[in-house]
Amino acid sequence: MNILQLKDVTLDLGGKRILNHLSLDVREGHIHALIGPNGAGKSTTANVIMGLSGYNDFEGDVLFQGESLRGLSVDQRARRGITLAWQEPARFEGLSVRAFIRAAAKDKSDDKIREALDQVGLEPGKYIDRAVDKTLSGGERKRVELASILAMEPKLVLMDEPDSGIDVEALDRIFQALKIFKQKQATVLAITHSLAVLRQAEHALLLCCGRMVDKGSVDRIAYYFEKKCVPCDHLDPVVRLAEDANVG
Amino acid sequence: MSDSGLLAALYESIGVQPHGLRGQVDVARIEVHHNRVLGVHLVPGLEVDATERENGIEAKILVTEGTLIEKPIQVCFGMIPPDGLQQIVLEVEIEPRARAAIVAHCVFPNARQIRHEMDAMLTIGEGAQYAYLERHIHGADGGVVVVPRSKVQVGEGARYQTDFELIRGRVGEIDIDLEVTGQAHSVSEVTARISGAGDDRVSIRETARLVGQYARGVLTSNIALRDSARAVVYNTLVASAAYARGHVDCKEIVQDNAVAKAVPIVEVNHPKAHVTHEAAIGSVNSKQLETLMSRGLNEDQAVDLIIQGLLGGPSSIAAPESSLREIQV
Repeated sequence: MNILQLKDVTLDLGGKRILNHLSLDVREGHIHALIGPNGAGKSTTANVIMGLSGYNDFEGDVLFQGESLRGLSVDQRARRGITLAWQEPARFEGLSVRAFIRAAAKDKSDDKIREALDQVGLEPGKYIDRAVDKTLSGGERKRVELASILAMEPKLVLMDEPDSGIDVEALDRIFQALKIFKQKQATVLAITHSLAVLRQAEHALLLCCGRMVDKGSVDRIAYYFEKKCVPCDHLDPVVRLAEDANVG
Repeated sequence: MSDSGLLAALYESIGVQPHGLRGQVDVARIEVHHNRVLGVHLVPGLEVDATERENGIEAKILVTEGTLIEKPIQVCFGMIPPDGLQQIVLEVEIEPRARAAIVAHCVFPNARQIRHEMDAMLTIGEGAQYAYLERHIHGADGGVVVVPRSKVQVGEGARYQTDFELIRGRVGEIDIDLEVTGQAHSVSEVTARISGAGDDRVSIRETARLVGQYARGVLTSNIALRDSARAVVYNTLVASAAYARGHVDCKEIVQDNAVAKAVPIVEVNHPKAHVTHEAAIGSVNSKQLETLMSRGLNEDQAVDLIIQGLLGGPSSIAAPESSLREIQV
């Protein structure tokens, strides 16, 4: 069953077409990777689904559990079970990790907050009273954000470039969090251009120039991405596919 | 009202049971209502000489050389009636290598037309540490004019931390003027956290002069304004010795028709000194807002949480069990 569907979504920003008749389906309880080169429209796709400001004037529709998200604010979408982990999480001057996680948490007890920190590999005693500000590294802030999402217990997690700006240990923790989401039957749509992240997924969706180019098994898409997309200088996917057909 | 009634009313305003606090013999206290000294409890090494004046008190607080007072001294200055003038003249001396913290509650829960003036002279001796939290609790209607004036001398290797907090009740009018002079290897950290609403007026004028080698100083102002409140912040940091380091940081969140102005002035008079400044004024950051909204908070809840962070949680100075924290610059 599909938890999320994008139907023929087209979005122009600054006079440029970013999403071009994009349609995609996301299966409930599965981990998906939306992969593509820089500028493919991956983050824009996540922003449209979350309903961020500046991303609501599009054609087509976005359905969550069969119902259109049109007209719903960010918080209304969140209360339906959708959330977004930013590529670069915001800093909050003076706001404690405890208050930040508690704001999102379904169960607001201290035990739950500590458990969430533990799940992302941050020692609760060391982090719970720290501020979510510049005193935390980018990787630490990413893990704190993930802890808040774990505590929120959403149905659909949009993760924008989960591996950007973090070290190997932190990445391992993020991959473990993906497993926790899976155990809790949450759906994940990870936005990435990293093969390491792609390998964590069960399904892969390949995006280029705002269009869905291909979808299917992780191995097949990973192979295509590595061989065709990485060396590609943003060649229009229609031309690319035509070239491939000619070669074939 | 009797002294004990006034005392109970003051403490009730800050959510403290007076007998609970009075039961703690190792916590020093000074309690003042208008011009009456309601209570003084001392601990070894702490001397207080208080004199009642027509509209307030004059007090000298001395922490003798080498004395380490582990628990913050609890001070309560306040007025229960809605009108009046309270003038506090304070002289604080922390002798060399002594250590103390003061948590001062300035309580005006029923204010309609109250003026609270504070003139303080502070001397922090060589190698001493002193932290001061001034927490104001006002009523919901403003009606208070707060005028604190302080001059602070921070001795060689000494540490000074002050935190002015007005986040409960309406500001009314506040006009802070503080000047701190730091000698060699001293550390000075000055913070103001104020939330203004209605027609509140906030004026902050803080100056740090780093006159000794390796002196360090930070001036921080975090202000949130809504309705038609106005704030102006003049932070001046002057570094005039080798390896002196300073930073001025002003953040103001403005909503509705509020107006904020920040004027950071940095002056360096020595080629080996270094001073930086940072000011950010504006509405709530949209990324912060949308992050919290994507966790299910509505816009108002998200704004409140962001402002709560900016204005900070309880200061570490206030924790009754805490000793003076190390000042990080």
